Amino acid sequence: MIRRVLPHGLGRGLLTRRPGTRRGGFSLDWDGKVSEIKKKIKSILPGTSCDLLPDTSHLPPEHSDVVIVGGGVLGLSVAYWLKKLESRRGGIRVLVVERDYTYSQASTGLSVGGICQQFSLPENIQLSLFSASFLRNINEYLAVTNAPPLDLQFNPSGYLLLASEKDAAAMESNVKVQKQEGAKVCLMSPDQLRNKFPWISTEGVALASYGMENEGWFDPWCLLQGLRQKVESMGVFFCQGEVTRFVSSSQRMLTTDDEMVILKRIHEVHVKMDHSLEYQPVECSIVINAAGAWSAQIAALAGIGKGPPGTLQGTKLPVEPRKRYVYVWHCPQGPGLETPLVADTSGAYFRREGLGSNYLGGRSPIEEEEPDPENLEVDHDFFQEKVWPHLALRVPAFETLKVQTAWAGYYDYNTFDQNGVVGPHPLVVNMYFATGFSGHGLQQAPGVGRAVAEMILEGSFQTIDLSPFLFNRFYLGEKTQENNTM
Amino acid sequence: MAAPWLSLRLVAPMWNGTRGIHRLGGAVVPEGNQKKERTMLQFLTNHFYDVEALRGYLLQREMSKVHMKNRFRDKEWIRPDKYGHFSPEFWNFREVPVEAVDASDCEINYEGLDNLLLLKELQSLSLQRCPHVDDWCLSRLYPLADSLQELSLAGCPRVSERGLACLHHLQNLRRLDISDLPAVSNPGLTQILVEEMLPNCKVVGVDWAEGLKLGPEEQPQDTASPALA
Repeated sequence: MIRRVLPHGLGRGLLTRRPGTRRGGFSLDWDGKVSEIKKKIKSILPGTSCDLLPDTSHLPPEHSDVVIVGGGVLGLSVAYWLKKLESRRGGIRVLVVERDYTYSQASTGLSVGGICQQFSLPENIQLSLFSASFLRNINEYLAVTNAPPLDLQFNPSGYLLLASEKDAAAMESNVKVQKQEGAKVCLMSPDQLRNKFPWISTEGVALASYGMENEGWFDPWCLLQGLRQKVESMGVFFCQGEVTRFVSSSQRMLTTDDEMVILKRIHEVHVKMDHSLEYQPVECSIVINAAGAWSAQIAALAGIGKGPPGTLQGTKLPVEPRKRYVYVWHCPQGPGLETPLVADTSGAYFRREGLGSNYLGGRSPIEEEEPDPENLEVDHDFFQEKVWPHLALRVPAFETLKVQTAWAGYYDYNTFDQNGVVGPHPLVVNMYFATGFSGHGLQQAPGVGRAVAEMILEGSFQTIDLSPFLFNRFYLGEKTQENNTM
Repeated sequence: MAAPWLSLRLVAPMWNGTRGIHRLGGAVVPEGNQKKERTMLQFLTNHFYDVEALRGYLLQREMSKVHMKNRFRDKEWIRPDKYGHFSPEFWNFREVPVEAVDASDCEINYEGLDNLLLLKELQSLSLQRCPHVDDWCLSRLYPLADSLQELSLAGCPRVSERGLACLHHLQNLRRLDISDLPAVSNPGLTQILVEEMLPNCKVVGVDWAEGLKLGPEEQPQDTASPALA
């Protein structure tokens, strides 16, 4: 027992963090012993300050196999799957670095929480289907001894997407792809729409697609807490701090065409503590960039994008924060219990919230009207001018409504093609991305986490092939465009 | 030839009393050659007990076949015996449409519903007190929309109002039982919303006054009022 304990004890402080990861328990009170020894030495040598074993309990470990930058749903999902798929128990040490434990600006907590399979890319549909089955069996995946079962508050009401004349053909072909991949979606004509949902006005609607199963919305906080709890019980380290520097080494190599490339390998991550200048260099072998809206900053720290534009070296990570508003209103005569999440032809969307005639929704602004992502302040005029008219047009009952509250959150928006970036960077060989999902990260998190874990542990994607989402496409200019964003 | 047809008493309603088995069920009058064969057979039957017994046996067989075919004219529940096993002759009735399934207290789960959803003519489904039936399971029930008229979810511990929202696909539902659902947060309000969602359906289970309390003036009166002297 002592033999195993000492190498960890020295230099990193105390081992009390993780319950259940040491086989057989550890009854030696190392904490108490150290302070006793300090007191003894102080009494023997008065006047000298004793710093033989400085207290480093608040710092992250000095060595870690994998460092995940970002503790939101994507970061935690990668941590979970790494621990779940590792071939030896305790084989991989994972450290999750999160700048803000209150998650006040994290996209996960501020999300509307929807999940749907109505995408145009088969990979997106597969990811969403897997996430639905993950959420359905969440208490088998994320079970922790003695913890109560998770209640995701899932509403299986489905998504209803409306298409105008010009989008109808695209919607039809999308639904065909979705059906092929196994999603339960059906097409509806305006008459069928009116029959099923009498509160809807079908003016300007040529076609609608309605998800019947595995679609709806749930509580993202519950998923986050569940993942956090499970991942802690699996032995993942957490640290509240900010990544300020990557120390890496470079190597010049020649390609088969005799072009020179500089391959980089990150050796150390400097994690700076909150409200202090203290930092801890964490030696690591793999870094995962799951920093959401701030992924581009982390990528820039690693030297991604520093080079002449047009080269692979000069290709930046095209993910930037975009602010989106969500408004909650009350409408007493509004649509009933059966209401799905309705996404209008204009881009406005809404869904029910609870039993009491409350609804929430919003709309993605067009490029020219993008709000400043400097802060998360809400613009109420946006609702008045850009959201309400479209809602009232689609649902006449919404002409009388009263806004109760509103909030804003960030999309980690991929300006290139609005789809995620997954997998290793071609030049910085040990940085893996799991970011850029532009508003559908939450619903794809379980699938993406598994894919990244497979990439790290096995070297390639095993279950869902996310090769269209690799970083290379930004350099090659091949867009993996998704036609159905909200 | 004394009482030769006694063994065929079960034929009574269709039996018109005349001799000749071939007359059963309004058979065609034999013509020509057939007549010769039939009278030959008749002659043998009248003279030999063995032939008579054989014909009686063949008749019984035909009878039971017809009986089997018409067995479910009146509907019948197939129940397991005391050991929980179903009789193996159940396999013979694969073409007969299943109209009602009683899965009360059954451990059926999300994947298990695959079996129920194939029953295109199911009219009544009872999932009372099923411990694993939750909101996800209810979202799978829409393929039964054309035929399902009665659904009971009483006592399911995992069903909440969010799952009940998926039942709006079942437009032919005439009777829905949502009593005693512990996971529903506001039973009275949920009942009202479900009734609005399914206008042709009788929603049973929650008394609308459940959430109400008696006002201070309306204390329950003593039923036995004292007689005034």
